[in-house]
Amino acid sequence: MMVLTIAGRELRSLFASPLAWSILTVVQVILAYLFLSQMDLFMLVQPQLLSMEGAPGVTELVAVPLLGNAAIVLLLVVPLLTMRLISEERRSQTLSLLFSAPVSMSEIVLGKFCGVMGFLLIMLAMILLMPVSLMLGTDLDLGMLAAATLGLVLLVASFTALGVFMSALTAQPTVAAVSSFGLLLLLWMLDWAGTNNSEAEAGALIKYLSLLRHFESLLKGVFDSSDVVYYLLFVTMFLVLSIRRLDADRLQH
Amino acid sequence: MNTQTNNDDVLIRVEQVSRRYGDLQALDDISFEVKRGEVLGFLGPNGAGKSTTMQILSGNLAPTAGRVLINGIDLLDQPKQAKAQLGYLPDQPPIYRELRVDEYLNYCARLNRIPSSQCKQAVATVKERCGLSEVGKRLIGNLSKGYRQRVGIAQAIIHSPAVVILDEPTVGLDPIQIREIRQLIRELSEDHSVILSTHILPEVQTVCDRVQIINRGRLILSDSIEGLQQRMQGTALRVVLRRPPSLEVLANCAQVKVEDVAPGVFRVCGLGEDLERKVLQAALERDWGLAELSPERMSLEQLFVDMTSLEAAVAEHAGEAAA
Repeated sequence: MMVLTIAGRELRSLFASPLAWSILTVVQVILAYLFLSQMDLFMLVQPQLLSMEGAPGVTELVAVPLLGNAAIVLLLVVPLLTMRLISEERRSQTLSLLFSAPVSMSEIVLGKFCGVMGFLLIMLAMILLMPVSLMLGTDLDLGMLAAATLGLVLLVASFTALGVFMSALTAQPTVAAVSSFGLLLLLWMLDWAGTNNSEAEAGALIKYLSLLRHFESLLKGVFDSSDVVYYLLFVTMFLVLSIRRLDADRLQH
Repeated sequence: MNTQTNNDDVLIRVEQVSRRYGDLQALDDISFEVKRGEVLGFLGPNGAGKSTTMQILSGNLAPTAGRVLINGIDLLDQPKQAKAQLGYLPDQPPIYRELRVDEYLNYCARLNRIPSSQCKQAVATVKERCGLSEVGKRLIGNLSKGYRQRVGIAQAIIHSPAVVILDEPTVGLDPIQIREIRQLIRELSEDHSVILSTHILPEVQTVCDRVQIINRGRLILSDSIEGLQQRMQGTALRVVLRRPPSLEVLANCAQVKVEDVAPGVFRVCGLGEDLERKVLQAALERDWGLAELSPERMSLEQLFVDMTSLEAAVAEHAGEAAA
């Protein structure tokens, strides 16, 4: 209940600022361009695909790459959305409104997280409309699309949780944005670093920690519960850390 | 829970609260209580620990030691229940500039767990009380500082909490608004406890029932307004004469020490039983044209400066002794 109140306020503030609208526009324009060029490519290779046995369909060639690209764009965008969540409130001293209200720290953090997730789900719905519009003319592999969408939602939730934590650490929104972007990029690239020394166990472990790796299998339509658990653990860990950080605010200065 | 904390007349009870910031002892063993219907004024020079106390009372800061009871509920053990009973206005009103006044107050009402069916009513009532009815549709960021301050006060009292904590509520308001806010605080005190921190001394005299002066993290004075007025009672008479005699003549007739303050204005020291009578009689008999005869009062400023500088001197002395 309180979580929804806080999330609602967060969403309202987002839409009251031009930032949300410009982000929605930019993401939609970029992904629409990628979607159309992917469609062009598909039209080009379609005659050859017809003669192949077990050829990839339109879902694999258009929808999945679109969601893959969306993940990279969102890696850039989510830190911009999460940076203000707590740091701005700390800077303008509005945090005391929440601290003196009968609300627990967990409700504050969850509310903020849900507010941004709400916004991102709206964005994802708009992105998904593009591949879904293909259903007018052709059949889609809905299972594969669902797995890829689930992957993207989980990935974006992890981005957001990490962004909330970085925002809880500082009073400067830009610092929060830069550090969460840096950390996300690092976690993304872990996969590449891990491939060089593939025989070493440390390499495998590092590779396993990569955000990208777990996303890729979901993107291929492979639903492995360990991937889902990885993301859920990731989100929980950063949300708990944020709650601890806010509690520490009260205890010491 | 002992019987004292069950006494519902005491809405705020602070027990031996201390707070350290690293090496700095910001609050040192502070205890006090505030009853229902009381307005407590909190005075102190900059950096004395006023805001720290307010933050601890409002649950924004945890004390290093001691405990705070709001309406008998421990703020540290049951923060949610205790916080439901308090409203807090920090020195910077905690407002979201991008929201409209109505949206903001509605959010505050729901944050304070007012049932959604009553939110609209609560917002309307509080807007009426704080004089915000005209500006409900405007963005808070576009309001003047005085109106933002009122929005801050509205936020603190929207759920009619038992305890209202206001940190310098009249800063940045014009004289008419200040009078309205003081009126509002008096109204609030009818069924709530109000704690008010301020550096405007006359405000304390007009609004508060009780005064506490804090300096260097310690309470150095806690007294009712009447008690304070007695403390401010001086030991001299102020006499204004239209046709003043020489200083010696006046001193002779009263047989006390007399100082010449300004032409025609004298300060007669040594308040005896019938000093007033003596001076009055002499003035009438010799036709000095008595214009004013009043007991001299220390101003609150004077008392405040005396108390805080005395404390500083004691601390210095203690420091020397320790060295």
